[in-house]
Amino acid sequence: MSIKVSDLLKHNFTLIAGEGGLNKDVDDVYICDLLSWVMAKAKQKSAWITIQSHVNIVAVALMADLSCIIIAEGVEAEKETIDHANEEGLPVLNYAGSSYEAAIELYHLLTT
Amino acid sequence: MERLAASYRLDYDVRARDYVSGGEVSSALRAILKQLSLPPDLVRRCCVACYEAEMNIIIHSFGGHMSIEIFPDRLEMIAQDSGPGIEDLQKAMQEGYSTASEEAREMGFGAGMGLPNIKANTDYFDIQTGKEGTTLTMKVLFLKKEGE
Ligand SMILES: Nc1ncnc2c1ncn2[C@@H]1O[C@H](COP(=O)(O)OP(=O)(O)O)[C@@H](O)[C@H]1O
Ligand SMILES: [Mg+2]
Repeated sequence: MSIKVSDLLKHNFTLIAGEGGLNKDVDDVYICDLLSWVMAKAKQKSAWITIQSHVNIVAVALMADLSCIIIAEGVEAEKETIDHANEEGLPVLNYAGSSYEAAIELYHLLTT
Repeated sequence: MERLAASYRLDYDVRARDYVSGGEVSSALRAILKQLSLPPDLVRRCCVACYEAEMNIIIHSFGGHMSIEIFPDRLEMIAQDSGPGIEDLQKAMQEGYSTASEEAREMGFGAGMGLPNIKANTDYFDIQTGKEGTTLTMKVLFLKKEGE
């Protein structure tokens, strides 16, 4: 099924920046904290789950054409990250649980 | 696909260890490519190659410069820095090889996938390196010939 970033907000994901991009499609999910690995392997229109929270993750997501960033484990995003994501309209979401738990929630959203 | 009327040129200095500005050049390139309504996968290839080259200057060099030209049928990028050069180019081209600092690794850089990513995303890639600096020349073709 095709979902939008906005659909995640009905679940345990909290939007912290990039409201302008809520209408982006999410087709897939990728989990990794190594930035080059993400740019090599994540498919376009993926939701990217990571525990990195510094400003460079915004550029990585934009260059790789990802739909949103989900920062797991309740890690707080830095102020620069939030500002940059707002400027670019790239949704950044916070998730209190682990990357694994976030992926399970997304799996259910994408398959039901 | 929309044809480009003119060509565009971007010139940026890239400062060593300036992580916060990392992606400035690639973001400027992306903004132009998006305007040209090129296919998204082509935009991604150009942007990923540009970002990896830009971050390598920030992470590994004393500082450098990026010159980018966008023609109707192709992208040409030159990433040039003033040293210290790549000690073992053969190793550097291998996936997973990295001499990135602890600082860079903590941020998720230093996976040793940057140069392989550049190679995979470009149609032409050349690298010249020595103590006085490293120069990457990269090209991405927008229009493939029949059968390619
Ligand atoms: N511009 C550069 N100047 C000096 N060394 C470089 C440069 N670019 C790459 N290198 C060397 O090549 C290695 C591999 O680069 P890369 O594949 O981008 O991986 P990473 O940046 O993750 O280390 C680097 O760790 C570094 O030793
Ligand atoms: Mg690199």
